Amino acid sequence: MGVKPRKKDGGIVMDDYPIVAEYEGGSIILAQFDKLINWARSNSLWPLTFGTRCCAIEFMAAGASRHDFARFGAEVARATPRQADLIIISGSINYKMAPVLKRLYDQIADPKWVIAMGACAVSGGPFFYNSYAIVKGADHVVPVDVYIPGCPPRPEALLYGIMQLQKKIRAERNYSAPKSK
Amino acid sequence: MSNNLQDKIETQEYIVNMGPQHPSTHGVLRLMVNLEGEIVKNVDPVVGYIHSGIEKMTESLAYPQIIHLTDRMDYLSAHMNNEAVALCIENALQVEVSDRVKVIRTLMAELQRLASHQLWWCVMGMDMGALTTFFYGLRDREMILDIFEETCGARLTLNYSTPGGVMFDLHPNFQKRVKEFTKYFRKVLPEYNQLLTGNVIFKERTVGLGPLSKEDAIAYGVTGPTGRASGFACDVRKHNPYSAYDRVQFNEILRTDGDTFGRYQARIDEMYESLNIIDQLIDNIPEGDYQAKMKGVIKLPEGEFYQRVETARGELGVYILSDGKKNPYRVKFRSPVFSNLWVLNHLIKGQKIADLVAVMSTLDLVIPDIDR
Repeated sequence: MGVKPRKKDGGIVMDDYPIVAEYEGGSIILAQFDKLINWARSNSLWPLTFGTRCCAIEFMAAGASRHDFARFGAEVARATPRQADLIIISGSINYKMAPVLKRLYDQIADPKWVIAMGACAVSGGPFFYNSYAIVKGADHVVPVDVYIPGCPPRPEALLYGIMQLQKKIRAERNYSAPKSK
Repeated sequence: MSNNLQDKIETQEYIVNMGPQHPSTHGVLRLMVNLEGEIVKNVDPVVGYIHSGIEKMTESLAYPQIIHLTDRMDYLSAHMNNEAVALCIENALQVEVSDRVKVIRTLMAELQRLASHQLWWCVMGMDMGALTTFFYGLRDREMILDIFEETCGARLTLNYSTPGGVMFDLHPNFQKRVKEFTKYFRKVLPEYNQLLTGNVIFKERTVGLGPLSKEDAIAYGVTGPTGRASGFACDVRKHNPYSAYDRVQFNEILRTDGDTFGRYQARIDEMYESLNIIDQLIDNIPEGDYQAKMKGVIKLPEGEFYQRVETARGELGVYILSDGKKNPYRVKFRSPVFSNLWVLNHLIKGQKIADLVAVMSTLDLVIPDIDR
């Protein structure tokens, strides 16, 4: 059979997977279910508009004309957690806000990811010492996948963080057995 | 029969919680909105979701260290916040900064005001459902951020003013870049007006909505463009000039309508005034030191010190109570947004809930400035 990798069509799935049969209207490819799902998930991350502090402005800047994270499939910022699958915690979380963040995280349907953007969300940042109000890092409240340092991080840093998260999602194993050592 | 039925139907009052996670509250403000049908009976803002104890933190910090925390209060007027603390410390120590520093600070403050108003404009459009404004506003804002980045290395939290001057001297490109920007922005600003100001839908939604009288503005302590749209002459730059504002000619934007559209127009007009101020100063930046000689450890004399500046949102006051040590005994910030927020209930009472977002965006709220 003419099972050969086909490069010319571009696209992530087409690059990696062989064509089993070709028809007039298209072709059938053979892919691993896991990789196909990860490819789809990683390229359509919908972030929640959850901005608390200055980082939210850089988050907006990353979504606007110059930086434009729509290029990486993360442009649809949703206002409700029920439609989102990524929280970008942009800003500090204090003890009054922590239960709200936990509730928002719980309301997001699985699979869900969290990016801690900026020093406040990573560790408390400038409010680490002497502040009675700030939670010293958002990871005390919700599990965090990617940490982006900076106060505030540049939009490019946020783009890099999103790309790192995509890398992480592409390596996830949902249906296949875990790798044995 | 139908009349009897109508009498029996009652509208129940109920409370809708808006926030703390809501895109139109520009942060984590929570509003408890008391509704009767569509009509807003009462709005009760609940603050504190981003409280970080900055005032308490300052008591254990040395004076130059306070300044970087003020960046994080009103991050859209970061430079004015820095300037306020720096001026307060300089007044207390009676340090005279050079003319160069004064002009640099004024230029940076006006650029910051433009950047802030641009962001306000694009967010206001977005709140009303016009996504295009978001892209236009942030496109032009990036030019100012580039200037900031070249000058002091930061885009948003500048931390540029220090007690006695500024952190670094101006970049050689500064004048060229600023002139490029003002030339470009004068061309673009009419575009803003064409896009949103003259829009019929926008006008229908804003003209006559949420009027604020001059007496009420004074009673509530509403300052900044919000207060000036009601005719309250409260521009600190004009009435109590600091830095280089005494050597420039500019108009204080005063309007009489005081409705949502008036507040909108006041900010648009302020952008023109900021451009005027920049144009007057950019060609004659005096030579001199960018930093006055200060002691290694700054100790303020015993007493109370107060300094007010005009940020993009209104009057910011810094009060320092010193007991002669290297740390302040107490620092209090009179933040403009905190005072402006509480007029919201007065403005929206009796209006439709859909108008709440429009009224709120003309108050130009920055939540960390409310909670500090």
